[in-house]
Amino acid sequence: MKNTDTDIMQYLDGMQIINHDIMDNVEKLYNNFDYNIITENDVKIALSKDVLNITDFATLLSPIADKFLEDMAVRAKAETHKHFGNTISVYTPLYIANYCESHCVYCGFNCMNKIHRAKLTLDEIEAELKAIANLGFKEILILTGESRKKSNVEYIGSAVSIAKKYFATIGVEIYPLNSDEYAYLHSLGADYVSVYQETYNHTKYAEQHLRGEKRVFPYRFNAQERALIGGMRGVCFGALLGLDDWRKDAFAVGCHAYLLQKKYPFAEISFSCPRMRPYINNSKNNPRDVHERQLLQVILAYRIFMPYATINISTREQQSFRDGVIGLACNKISAGSKVGVGGHDGEEKGDEQFDISDPRDLQQINSMLEGKGLQPIFTDSQYLVE
Amino acid sequence: MQDELVIGGKKFNSRFILGSGKFSLKFMLSVIDNAEVEMVTVALRRANIGGGNNILDYIPKDITLLPNTSGARTAEEAVRIARLSREVGCGNFVKLEIIGDSKYLLPNNYETIKATEILANEGFIVMPYMYPDLYVARDLVNAGASAVMPLGAPIGTNKGLKTKEFIKILVNEIDLPIIVDAGIGRPSEACEAMEIGVSAVMANTAIATAGNVDIMASAFKNAIIAGRQAYLAGLGRVLDNKAEASSPLTGFLED
Repeated sequence: MKNTDTDIMQYLDGMQIINHDIMDNVEKLYNNFDYNIITENDVKIALSKDVLNITDFATLLSPIADKFLEDMAVRAKAETHKHFGNTISVYTPLYIANYCESHCVYCGFNCMNKIHRAKLTLDEIEAELKAIANLGFKEILILTGESRKKSNVEYIGSAVSIAKKYFATIGVEIYPLNSDEYAYLHSLGADYVSVYQETYNHTKYAEQHLRGEKRVFPYRFNAQERALIGGMRGVCFGALLGLDDWRKDAFAVGCHAYLLQKKYPFAEISFSCPRMRPYINNSKNNPRDVHERQLLQVILAYRIFMPYATINISTREQQSFRDGVIGLACNKISAGSKVGVGGHDGEEKGDEQFDISDPRDLQQINSMLEGKGLQPIFTDSQYLVE
Repeated sequence: MQDELVIGGKKFNSRFILGSGKFSLKFMLSVIDNAEVEMVTVALRRANIGGGNNILDYIPKDITLLPNTSGARTAEEAVRIARLSREVGCGNFVKLEIIGDSKYLLPNNYETIKATEILANEGFIVMPYMYPDLYVARDLVNAGASAVMPLGAPIGTNKGLKTKEFIKILVNEIDLPIIVDAGIGRPSEACEAMEIGVSAVMANTAIATAGNVDIMASAFKNAIIAGRQAYLAGLGRVLDNKAEASSPLTGFLED
């Protein structure tokens, strides 16, 4: 599908259009977010509040808030403790296919990259899931590339049905669907949906997403809402921090999640915080680069703003950082991650989307958590469809 | 005379119910010992039956399990969880939690009444978590609840007995055990709740997040006993700041 020259706001045939109220509000907030006018006093006031509003959240993402990183960490830790106690959810992802019809400039899976493509057969999916379940996991995240043709909804549904035999909790991180398609996956066992907007800057979005369904900004933006309409229990948000101005993107992610939860109070909200890694020792490093300190600022701001939300720490981050933020602000961690296709039951069958920085298996992650006085938990939800 | 707590026909010597959702499992047994509790709540969604870190494996068999329906957003979902919990051998007790708001975790009283009626009719001993409202409490009694569990403050906040005046009304008017659930952050608050006449107190976060969970469990146990004894003893007269009249106000009476 070639739509390089199309307007990113233009829906394609078959895409469900729902109300844009949240998107319009997030856009207004995003456009008005000027982090350079925020003062030290604003940060102090925000941190003194019991419940933070959107303006307070903005202050925590400002450059001046960097001075208060330790204070933010103290507050975040208290909130994490209050809402999750010592418990940390542990899960693993399974890529079942890496075919892609979208051309996202930054992504290893994009359709223009000559990589080894693969798609697991249903038997292979079963073998993978069984192998993962045998390790002790009860929560699985099923991922595909963005290809409706090669990994259609029925195929993903079959994978969910198989997963239902082995796992208490099933999430999907796939291309955005219409609400009836989400309802279909939910009826088969999926309860959670992750979709990342990558960037909320329309210009940058258009530059980075050259073709494919992913080029359609509003369809992607409203995916979480369509998932909730389809009956899903929870939705995950994220931007690829560093693709554009990370402060603004992180702010938009928080506003997006906050406004959706306000509209759908039952929704369980999660955040993931993937980032573009800055080049080390590069004198041309951009001041907007997302180093670990900046990433931590984002994670802490999410925790303080929405203390009840789940925050997942990516396997892209190195061990020391993951160990540092888990229990401090993050309450969910993956273990034994493979980012090629399959790989839990024998060799990976397709190339990897990105390099993982923390290859530790479940046992190692459990040991780390227990060493920190934290309690790994494998199941924290109940699929309730009869 | 024995001062027993009776719920659904079962007698308990302890008036402390322990929540388990935020604990490190390795502390579970010693906390139960130190708290001397006889009833522990368990979230069915956390029960990793046949798997690792299964909370059910960490609770001694002589403890009464109080499975909760956390994760339920509607009466229908809560009923389903309760039935599943009975199917997996967790018994007839159920702490009904129906929460349709992931931000404040406040209970949905309306859905709670509906589920109470269904589950009570199926023979469950239903202990509904609720926002303290007299009309709702009466409806829960009529629906077949075995206890009423008003919140002291929103779950996990450790803010204490913010709803004290409304809980007092329930204590005065409802002929079922009133058990304060959620919000109790300190032993002194548990004691205060017991002093006003509630039948028991449930705590989780306050202990799970303490510096020393065993000592805190023991502190809660003692506070609850102290509060209960104070209630039974009858609190002495506490004068407020109003002055007493130097001449009797009823001196005009002639006889």
